[in-house]
Amino acid sequence: MIYGSTHIYGDNIDTDRIIAGKYTKTLDISSLATHVMEDLDPSFHKKFVKGDIIVAGDNFGCGSSREQAPMALKAVGVSCVISKFFARIFFRNAINIGLPVLEIPGHDIQEGDVLEIYFEQGKVFNKTKSKTYNATQLSGVMMNIVKEGGLVNYLKKYKTYQI
Amino acid sequence: MGLTITEKILSKHAGREVKAGELCIVSVDGCMATDTTAPLAIKSFKEMGGVSLHDKNKFHLIIDHAAPAPNERIANLHQLMREFADEQGANLFDIGSGICHQVMVDNRKVKPGDVFIGADSHTPTCGALNAFACGVGSTDLAAIMLTGKIWLKVPHTIKVKLNGTLPMNISGKDLALFVCKHLTISGATYQAVEYDGSAVQQLNLSQRMALCNMSAELGAKTGLVNPIGLKLPYSFSPVFADEKATYSKIIDLNVGNLKPQLAIPDSPDDVHEVMQFNGTKITYAFLGSCTNGRLDDLKTAAKILKGKHIAKGVRLVIAPASRQVLMDALADGTIQTLIAAGGTIINSGCGPCVGTHEGVPGDGEVVISSANRNFKGRMGNPNAKIYLGSPETVAMSALYGCITAP
Repeated sequence: MIYGSTHIYGDNIDTDRIIAGKYTKTLDISSLATHVMEDLDPSFHKKFVKGDIIVAGDNFGCGSSREQAPMALKAVGVSCVISKFFARIFFRNAINIGLPVLEIPGHDIQEGDVLEIYFEQGKVFNKTKSKTYNATQLSGVMMNIVKEGGLVNYLKKYKTYQI
Repeated sequence: MGLTITEKILSKHAGREVKAGELCIVSVDGCMATDTTAPLAIKSFKEMGGVSLHDKNKFHLIIDHAAPAPNERIANLHQLMREFADEQGANLFDIGSGICHQVMVDNRKVKPGDVFIGADSHTPTCGALNAFACGVGSTDLAAIMLTGKIWLKVPHTIKVKLNGTLPMNISGKDLALFVCKHLTISGATYQAVEYDGSAVQQLNLSQRMALCNMSAELGAKTGLVNPIGLKLPYSFSPVFADEKATYSKIIDLNVGNLKPQLAIPDSPDDVHEVMQFNGTKITYAFLGSCTNGRLDDLKTAAKILKGKHIAKGVRLVIAPASRQVLMDALADGTIQTLIAAGGTIINSGCGPCVGTHEGVPGDGEVVISSANRNFKGRMGNPNAKIYLGSPETVAMSALYGCITAP
């Protein structure tokens, strides 16, 4: 179970604002954490506590294919990202690197709400509002990638894709 | 019931007929990664237990995003790519080769009917060649390096029909911006876009590439053009959509009277007519990128700037999309004209579009750019404002020192 407090962001948060292009060319993943959300929310590092949850509106992660975007969020300690729907490359990337992401269309989660997330079941309980949300079901192949902790482990085990 | 272009191409590569909404595993005809995405892809490939590439002839490495290296950190990533290419006998397109999408087209690494996957979000650019071209991240790419395959959900398709005779001052970029305005930045998420209509049939390959390129700004999985009117320097068998193909949406837009289009800060779908912003002072003009760095884009700008000089206080930075484009533009005098007009030619590659080097704007600067994204901080400085327009609009604005409709 994932448990944490939420930080709310709006619609169409692009990957440039999650991690700017000038910081992406590195294999030092911890350096990504230093600059995550820098152009979007300069106060991010002051208020963010490891394990907190990012909650957005529509189309979180639009723009670039940079896997450094979900990596930066994972590196800083984001436990889960919830969006009404995700941009497709960001969504695949997050699942592939083992960052929990859930789509909850029409959610009403607010800043500071405390959530209990049962990721594999796709259930989210909002403790602040005493309310449960059902996330959009992941496709079978994605769920199997999640169960292995990411695509690297999945392919280490299965050698090729299975549907 | 018929099939869309996407369903036809994916069916052929899945070995069975697949329709929108189905999951499938498809064989990949070609894939690529750049200096932003390749280092992580190589790392993931090795972590997956990868020893040798599934097919070294189908894998391409392109050093384009920060080339030549602006610092030691990136220089070492470039070295890693070169060493991996050497070790695997894979194709490496080193600095100066150009932007990955253009390099793939120039070198015939992607062809009609192909499934082509790139670790770069603008991979739909190659949809102009009647291929299924789709962007992914590094680890998905690593999986293709290892298995030669990718899993995909067959996307539903939105048909965008652009009808009418294109006015003289309207290019593929104006059409792309106009479509962004209508569909918005999330309007084609998880879907394919098929461009069709009489205006599209008039477009040459370069203009079709500009149109497909910005499918990424719609959130689309791919963008393809009806191949009617497509001319390539080799013979090919075009893939057409069936007449009775099923579309999630059909959008009809008349572009016969379209005026030049402009995306204003900070989103590519915040699109207006250029003339509404005529007179907005600029200090920096960028001509280049995978959207608009091709020979006809450069020639269009040269035609406007021939015998003239850009306005005082304006910098015009020009990045030809590939070495081939640069050589062609040198051979016909285009480059000389642009330099004489005050333009600065930089290395073939992504240049300042990704905000890493070669022309980061200063605080408070206003930029007119022929690229595809104007998100806050995109060009490396969150305190600069970026407007997006066609090469015509960029050249006119550089000439007058303010946003100017062509």
